[in-house]
Amino acid sequence: MSRYHIQKFDRRQFLQISGLAGGGLLLGVSVIEVDTARAATSTLASSSLAPSAFLRISRDGIVIYATQPEIGQGVRTSIPMILAEELDVAWKDVEIRISGIDAKRYGVQTAGGSTATPRSWNPMRRAGAVARAMLVEAAARRWNVAATDCSTRDSEVIHAASDRRAHYRDLAEAAATLPVPDAETIRLKTRAEYRLLNTRVRTTDGRDLVTGRPTYASDVRIPGMLHAMYIKCPRIGGKVRSANLDEVRALPGVVDIFVLEGNGDLTELKPGVALIARDTWSALSARRALRVDWDESAAASDDWPSTLAKARELAQAGGDGASGNDLIAERGDIATAFASAKKTLQSTYSYAFLSHAQLEPQNCVARPLEGGGMELWPPSQTPQRAQMAVAKLLGVAEGNVTIHPQRLGGGFGRRLNNDVACEAAAIAARARAPIKLQWLREDDMTNDVVRAGGMMALQGALDASGRLSAWRNHQITFSPDGKRIVSGGTLRAEEDFAPLMPAVRITRSVLPWSSPCGFWRAPGASAFAFPLQSFLHEMSVAAGRDHLEFLLELLGEPRWLPPANAGALNTGRAAGVLRLAAEKSGWGKRLPKGRALGIAFYFSHTAHVAEVAEVSVDAARHITVHSVTVAVDVGPVINLNGAEAQCQGSVIDGLSAMAAQKLTYRGGVIDEKNFDRYPLRRIGKEPRIDIHFLQSDFPPSGLGEPVLPPIAPAICNAVFSACGQRIRSLPISEEGFSI
Amino acid sequence: MSKLELNVNGQKQTVEDVPADMPLLWVLRDRLGLTGTRFGCGMAQCGACTVHLDGSPVRSCSVPAIAAADSRITTIEGLAAADGTLHVVQQAWLEHDVAQCGYCQSGQIMIATALLARNPKPSDADIDAAMAGNICRCGTYVRIRKAIHSAATALRART
Repeated sequence: MSRYHIQKFDRRQFLQISGLAGGGLLLGVSVIEVDTARAATSTLASSSLAPSAFLRISRDGIVIYATQPEIGQGVRTSIPMILAEELDVAWKDVEIRISGIDAKRYGVQTAGGSTATPRSWNPMRRAGAVARAMLVEAAARRWNVAATDCSTRDSEVIHAASDRRAHYRDLAEAAATLPVPDAETIRLKTRAEYRLLNTRVRTTDGRDLVTGRPTYASDVRIPGMLHAMYIKCPRIGGKVRSANLDEVRALPGVVDIFVLEGNGDLTELKPGVALIARDTWSALSARRALRVDWDESAAASDDWPSTLAKARELAQAGGDGASGNDLIAERGDIATAFASAKKTLQSTYSYAFLSHAQLEPQNCVARPLEGGGMELWPPSQTPQRAQMAVAKLLGVAEGNVTIHPQRLGGGFGRRLNNDVACEAAAIAARARAPIKLQWLREDDMTNDVVRAGGMMALQGALDASGRLSAWRNHQITFSPDGKRIVSGGTLRAEEDFAPLMPAVRITRSVLPWSSPCGFWRAPGASAFAFPLQSFLHEMSVAAGRDHLEFLLELLGEPRWLPPANAGALNTGRAAGVLRLAAEKSGWGKRLPKGRALGIAFYFSHTAHVAEVAEVSVDAARHITVHSVTVAVDVGPVINLNGAEAQCQGSVIDGLSAMAAQKLTYRGGVIDEKNFDRYPLRRIGKEPRIDIHFLQSDFPPSGLGEPVLPPIAPAICNAVFSACGQRIRSLPISEEGFSI
Repeated sequence: MSKLELNVNGQKQTVEDVPADMPLLWVLRDRLGLTGTRFGCGMAQCGACTVHLDGSPVRSCSVPAIAAADSRITTIEGLAAADGTLHVVQQAWLEHDVAQCGYCQSGQIMIATALLARNPKPSDADIDAAMAGNICRCGTYVRIRKAIHSAATALRART
């Protein structure tokens, strides 16, 4: 684990420095570097306390460094709050600064898989507690009292017996001379002692966001910067055979135009034409005159309508209708269970390919450095990997690539890939000039790493007492090479409640697909929750049983699956959120005809989430979602404001995706190139969203993703109960429904 | 190509060599360095680039800069008072902690201020109608609605 690495590093560094200095007086010189953009204005004070890379306290103030990429999930606020809680600092006294990119100093800096919060939990708590202990010790020595007789609150050490107080700012210099306590054994607060966590704290960058200050990668402007576009083949993987470069070069505002071959990796640098102009509009205007003859011999020819038909054929093939080529999981006597079943059911579900459609189109500023290096301002969820990818592409050492982290205008998984940084670096290197690469929305939607669509053929058996006795799932997914499953396309057995089934067989068939797929908010789960949780409802309906009771029976006794794994599905936590959502939504209440509740659960990213939707359906298949009750167990809540925002946003985003979003590939070309064809939900008729947290002492889960998966099955289950129609396709517009 | 005189946020700005079809968005962002007005779709679908011309909201990605030459242009940077006091809508946005990624919020705020300027007490339906042109992928609509209602209340209390 890298989580202790940082503190060990700094502790060692401290000892080295204090050893050299002969007494630890110079601890202050180990203060961390601030990001290079701010370095010019920062002074490395020798009178500051900085026992970890995340914190610096000096007479000038208390600075906490936000090290994880901010993509709208709120980590520039919530993760510093974790440190502030243990430090017992008044939040108003804290200045949050954005750190640079440095794996040795900060560990992994990635926003993905809802991991930033759980990864930061212990390091940040320990960093706060260590500094607090040093400040207490400094005050105790100053007052000649026992440290154990001192307490802390709101940035002060307090000795109640003598009514003395000292502010952290005034203790920092003395504290910096003290030995650093062992971070791994230091006492941490219990949840009952929290004063800051689980309160409402506003977004750190709020004022910048409402006043339009430069905030995002696309706002970066550097001296001498030119504006670039990069034109790629409409069919992914196509190469440039020839183009009217000379003609375009002569157009107004055009500075340069050239062909790049690509590096063979479609998620890094595709082949294309780089067009450089004095501003974005000149580049865009000249682009319209560009004529490229593409060599499409190796280009993608993915076709969704024919692939869907093939998938449907596969799903229905074979004697049992559910036999894929690859066996994912098998347990119990499935043949006997089906043969002796009182009732069996079979259904096929499909889900479409999706675009990320983050609102800030891809872009990146790059500046070549002397000696072949590069400086970049990418909108990246994985800035450390951007550094590696660009270094490899340019053939330089990673130390020669500087990354300036930016706030992202949406991530949703799109920016786990660093293609735009690679393109910007390649263009700037060739042009020997600083450039801003700007993708159009059309570039963004046709060069996405899309959420893979797919299909599941499900079969279930009920025994004489109406219990689920066997379960078959034949998943149809994709692979570019027949071996590696596309990102986000792999169903894990435990996701399918497989460990809970008395008898189970999960198989997989793989169809070819060459356009790059990637991680989309709640990868896998965002697609799989719909068929799995919908079909479970089909089973409880067939058994004539209440769906909540049916799910609770399936979950059984509280236990970890797999056992003794605190990051795994816990049936007790699952039952807890199901019961909470049911109770808060009035599960079982009588509703008028055409109106009903639907419930669904999903476990993803170590979070347990249940949702109940209350819907009405009219004769024209229009669904009104009156309310959504969300019950969440993510352990402790950090920033209540942010946690609720993620829940509200996930519900709306889930509604948006399930309603009418799909990418239609025809012969390798995507039909949906902008928001006119790819509808994102707009304001109006938001359901009432009631959010309930079941807080616990389990380690925290991230909250950017796990609330999204249950929304589609909760709504579709409610739709069935309201009107008797079972929706088995996403988006639901495929079956004539609207929301 | 022509030389343009623009009135942006109360200041006269001269911009050289502006093509006749160059959208106001790119003049603001690339020539004047006012990057708070954001690019989202380029076809008036998302509203991220919303600014005011003489107080009325327009999609700056689809309005030629030349067409704005005789108007007062207000961007998100010009909404707060000169002393930094925030517009009541900006204040409400902070109070309700509306932004998630925040990228669309300049446009959302510009639409909301225009709405309140002509309708001091908007109903939910009024808000739906006025704000329907602006997309937020993060799904902040619940808080946008609350912030508009509370800004309206604050505005009425002031007058």
